[in-house]
Amino acid sequence: MCLGVPMQVKTIENEMAICEIDGVQREACLMMIEGVEVGDYVLIHAGFAIEKIDEDEAQLTLQALREALDMGLVPE
Amino acid sequence: MKHQKEYRDPELARLQLQAIRQAVAGFDRTITLMEVCGTHTMAIYQHGIRSLLPEQIRLVSGPGCPVCVTPVGYVDQAVALSRRPNTIIASFGDMVRVPGSSSNLLQEQARGATIKIVYSPLDAVNLAERTPGADVVFLGVGFETTAPTVAAAILTAAQKDLDNFYVLCSHKTMPGPMTTLAGDPEIQVDGYLCPAHVSAIIGANAYQPLVDAYQVPCVVTGFEPLDMLQGVLMLARQVVAGVARVETQYSRVVKPEGNPKARKILYQVFETCAARWRGIGDIPDSGLQLRPDYHRFDAARQLPVAIEPSIEHQGCLCGEILKGKLRPKDCPLFRTTCTPEDPVGACMVSSEGTCAAEYKYGG
Repeated sequence: MCLGVPMQVKTIENEMAICEIDGVQREACLMMIEGVEVGDYVLIHAGFAIEKIDEDEAQLTLQALREALDMGLVPE
Repeated sequence: MKHQKEYRDPELARLQLQAIRQAVAGFDRTITLMEVCGTHTMAIYQHGIRSLLPEQIRLVSGPGCPVCVTPVGYVDQAVALSRRPNTIIASFGDMVRVPGSSSNLLQEQARGATIKIVYSPLDAVNLAERTPGADVVFLGVGFETTAPTVAAAILTAAQKDLDNFYVLCSHKTMPGPMTTLAGDPEIQVDGYLCPAHVSAIIGANAYQPLVDAYQVPCVVTGFEPLDMLQGVLMLARQVVAGVARVETQYSRVVKPEGNPKARKILYQVFETCAARWRGIGDIPDSGLQLRPDYHRFDAARQLPVAIEPSIEHQGCLCGEILKGKLRPKDCPLFRTTCTPEDPVGACMVSSEGTCAAEYKYGG
């Protein structure tokens, strides 16, 4: 039930945004997050953006994962 | 989907599995990790993660599906409300097939009740605005991810001064049941894969009291295969090292402090209360009820109905499955009398219930 769909903000008017994923557009309410701009990725749940997706953090997680695996593994 | 490809990289997954094997090598007992989120349950089955992990790591599903933990009496009350004249029940899709004591909402629809499936609670507010002659009752079920959206819908209804919009509230909160289960010696949870989107609202810091009280590691984990493998690895390393702390794997969405703006909306409308969880029982401070200022939107207060006595189906083991004590295959009804087409228990109804997941993807 807590499914969240990452969508890109296309337009913003007042507190409502049109968001898109894979060509599908949906209206979403932005009242729960601050500082959203067109082009940002947000997590949509039940018609509301509940959080912004942090692109830097997304890349950092992957990078940390690759580095940790590069350093710490014993060949099997 | 955003980041889906990177977080499904098979080569990285292979290396991560190797890292997990090496992390637990030589550790002398089974490590039981519990997820408490229906979307995790589905993802674990969908990607076959159990079969990839070393035998030493046991993944169990906890009470992470809001529909599944809703007591049967709630369904009975929704059924009774649907029989009122000029009443429209608006709900997310999963609730309408959950069996009550003697009926469910889908059966009531066949008998003439008006049941509308909505995508957002705001759709239910719009429905009330468009149909002034009818009472619209939205079924408010869900954890902290969903509850702020219902609070926002109530605020919208108040702003529009609607007198025909109601919520039948059964919202529940984390981490109450995680704390209860952490103290249950029969389950012995070694670590929690904490729910991802609930944590987006409540924040990773919300698990610190649980970690302090029970020394159980908590890792807030995302839904993609690499997310979950990394979450398992982070937990396994804590367990093997004998430490317990809160860590966030899903940092692209979840912050330590969560989303204060969403919580402000949530607690403007709701206040904490005790709640009954199917399979677990009453847990203090684990539910939400409407604050007195919003009682006029409370279906339970404003639209009194006679509710039949609650009867749980004999033989249904949903309760034990929700606590992670049993697997669906341990239930004699599973795949025989209980199937997705004709479900006996809520865990088979909800698309993210443990029984539905095991039925669809196999053990």
